[in-house]
Amino acid sequence: MTDLLYSEVEEDLRASVRGLLADRSDPATVLARVETDQPYDLDLWRTLATDLGVAGLHVPEELGGQGASTRETAVVLEELGRAVAPVPFLGSAVLATSALLGCDTAAAEVAALASGERRGALAVPLSAAPSAPFPDTVRVDAEGRLSGRVGTVADAAVAELLVVPAAGPDGPELRAVDMPSDGVTVSGIVGLDLTRGIADVTFDGAASRRLAGPDVAGTALTNALITAAGLLASEQLGVAQWCLDTTVAYVKERHQFGRPVGSFQALKHRLADLWLDLVGARAAARYAADALATSSVDVPVAVAVAASHCSSVAVKAAEECIQLHGGIGMTWEHPAHLFLKRAKSTESALGTPGRHRAALATLVDLPAPVA
Amino acid sequence: MSTATTTTQVDAEDLRRRVRDLLAEHDPKTTDRLEFLRARFDAGLAWVHYPVGLGGLDAPRALQAVVDAELEAAGAPDNDPRRIGIGLGMAAPTILRFGTPEQHQRFLRPLWTGEEVWCQLFSEPGAGSDLAAAATRAVRDGDEWVVTGQKVWTSTAHTARWGILLARTDPDVPKHRGLSYFVCDMTAPGVEVRPLRQITGEAEFNEVFLSEVRLPDTLRLGEVGEGWKVAQTTLMNERVAIGGNAIPREGGMVGVVAQTWRERPELRTPELHQRLLRLWVEAEVMRLAGERLRQQLAAGHPGPEGSAMKLAFARLNQAISGLEVELLGEEGLRYDDWTMRRPEIVDFLGRNAGYRYLRAKGNSIEGGTSEILRNIIAERVLGLPAEPRVDKDVPWKDLPR
Ligand SMILES: Cc1cc2nc3c(=O)[nH]c(=O)nc-3n(C[C@H](O)[C@H](O)[C@H](O)COP(=O)(O)OP(=O)(O)OC[C@H]3O[C@@H](n4cnc5c(N)ncnc54)[C@H](O)[C@@H]3O)c2cc1C
Repeated sequence: MTDLLYSEVEEDLRASVRGLLADRSDPATVLARVETDQPYDLDLWRTLATDLGVAGLHVPEELGGQGASTRETAVVLEELGRAVAPVPFLGSAVLATSALLGCDTAAAEVAALASGERRGALAVPLSAAPSAPFPDTVRVDAEGRLSGRVGTVADAAVAELLVVPAAGPDGPELRAVDMPSDGVTVSGIVGLDLTRGIADVTFDGAASRRLAGPDVAGTALTNALITAAGLLASEQLGVAQWCLDTTVAYVKERHQFGRPVGSFQALKHRLADLWLDLVGARAAARYAADALATSSVDVPVAVAVAASHCSSVAVKAAEECIQLHGGIGMTWEHPAHLFLKRAKSTESALGTPGRHRAALATLVDLPAPVA
Repeated sequence: MSTATTTTQVDAEDLRRRVRDLLAEHDPKTTDRLEFLRARFDAGLAWVHYPVGLGGLDAPRALQAVVDAELEAAGAPDNDPRRIGIGLGMAAPTILRFGTPEQHQRFLRPLWTGEEVWCQLFSEPGAGSDLAAAATRAVRDGDEWVVTGQKVWTSTAHTARWGILLARTDPDVPKHRGLSYFVCDMTAPGVEVRPLRQITGEAEFNEVFLSEVRLPDTLRLGEVGEGWKVAQTTLMNERVAIGGNAIPREGGMVGVVAQTWRERPELRTPELHQRLLRLWVEAEVMRLAGERLRQQLAAGHPGPEGSAMKLAFARLNQAISGLEVELLGEEGLRYDDWTMRRPEIVDFLGRNAGYRYLRAKGNSIEGGTSEILRNIIAERVLGLPAEPRVDKDVPWKDLPR
């Protein structure tokens, strides 16, 4: 039977990540950072990756990782979501690392990312769904030179290694580019999400090395996107959890009409429903993380369920958080908007809920009507 | 109310003739904008349902559309309602109903032409949904009132010449009975306006600090102690102003998404299609419900039913703008600009999809939250019993805070 609970080790891991984030990255600190010219907290990233060793949790020990699994990575993502921590975890430790794990000749790169020695990014639009065809906007020529453009790449601005899906002369390939590099321009985008950077990446004859050829590149990319979509559900769970906790605390405190607004049944019922949504989200996110950890045959279903459900729960939780805070929830000063922006952006990340449901239609044999 | 003696009902033909006369005497191409707007007001073509002499002709409200269409076709300037929404939607109907003839003459014309912007000084840090708990004090001093307190979330206070102000004049009686309603001179000494930044990045609203602001008694609207009653008129009108405007089909948020859908076939999926169509139907149904409500109310003042329009408007705006971000996919991850600004206009349909999504969140908070509106519908339309109240019959000063 799949284990949907948290092990003691996982709870310890959570406690150390939570402790670090409480110390170094509380919402006020994050808010103060987002408008500076260094929106990422790279010191925090170094502590997470090097001291706590969380960048290589689902990387085998022989490849320089912790030899744990996606279950542990998922716990870290929950905490990072709960703090909307501005670190390149999704881009580096999830997307790029997972793609590299599917390549035959990427041991050095995997080790560098897993140890936190380097930061990576996977050059696909953050909106790319696992079911999308292999991208062809970047081409690689016979000399290994890349040209083309990819928009909205997560965490590209701070990446020291880009993993680039490219159309080669013989078919799809995954290529590595060390950053900074001649012939690569990374332009940061003003994003809806203030706490995870996205950037447009343009290649103009940039040198690259081959990580995977046509025989494995497609599978490596799809698996990376499936893994990331499944793990993102845990981040969304963390976002939703902060929103629920913060809102419950607020409606207990805030008085109107001579009583706490949380004593009105209209709000109690809403929060009870939201709590129930989170019960489901936690089970679905755990199931996906566990299925990925055990390479279960049910991975595609587990991921589609978690991704479609948790996306929507995070958005709903963040929207309720703003609403139940009243006017203060509409202010920049209150951190709720950071969570709303993260939730709404991740709803479009790695496949919208609708795309994941469409994928399910095939997976569980509930085909669309014949036109 | 100073309605003129009953005149013969003005009809559409009559209005068209009056518009022609206005245009003949004040060619919009050669007339200064403000001069034209003043002339339009004086011709009774500003808001035709207002009394003669106050910008109207005592005509049915529905005929306003005839005037607007004729003037738009002639290329006449409008009064840029997005700049003066609070004046038009909330202050004006309250002044009309409770103001003295002198107040009518002084305030309504520059309000309508946009020469004077208005803001609403109602909400306070401790009094939002529970507006009647307002703590800003107004103390009588001869012919003046001395006002001290703090208001919050005050939209357009930074551009406003006047504010409609709810203040406590008697702390010794239960909260609903100790309030009075004033027009606050925003240029008076002691009025300080500080920007409050919103989740959209800009500061559309403000905090307003009132420190011993002296207002002459001639700026009071309604009787002393009747502020709550006067405020009800403002609030009922606010809710209609936010959700109940006459719009053509696809005139609101749904029009923006419909256009994207038509222009961008590559974004379409069957699932989004179903959701869009469902929202399109809801938007059209609400548009018709608003139309029907306006026909019912042709003469009277908006009642609690108006709250339903704002409730639906907020829900739809949020659902549709949320769908738009999702529909745009990769593009939906982008935002146009977070720079802190103090905008002059408020446009729910403005800027980009991210802005519309974020701004729409305010629609279910401003002008009474959706929860409060549901309570109003439940209690005042459906007649359901109110919750037991602990705060109604206690003197304001003894309420727990
Ligand atoms: C964009 C924007 C513009 C605004 N502009 C103005 C302006 O120009 N002038 C002005 O005076 N005000 C303005 N406001 C303020 C607005 O009217 C208040 O924010 C609103 O009335 C809610 O008050 P509050 O913020 O104190 O929230 P609270 O009253 O503290 O409410 C917190 C939560 O509790 C809920 N709640 C409260 N009471 C009950 C109940 N009895 N039953 C169920 N739920 C309840 C609310 O619905 C809300 O979800 C603006 C607000 C916004 C967001």
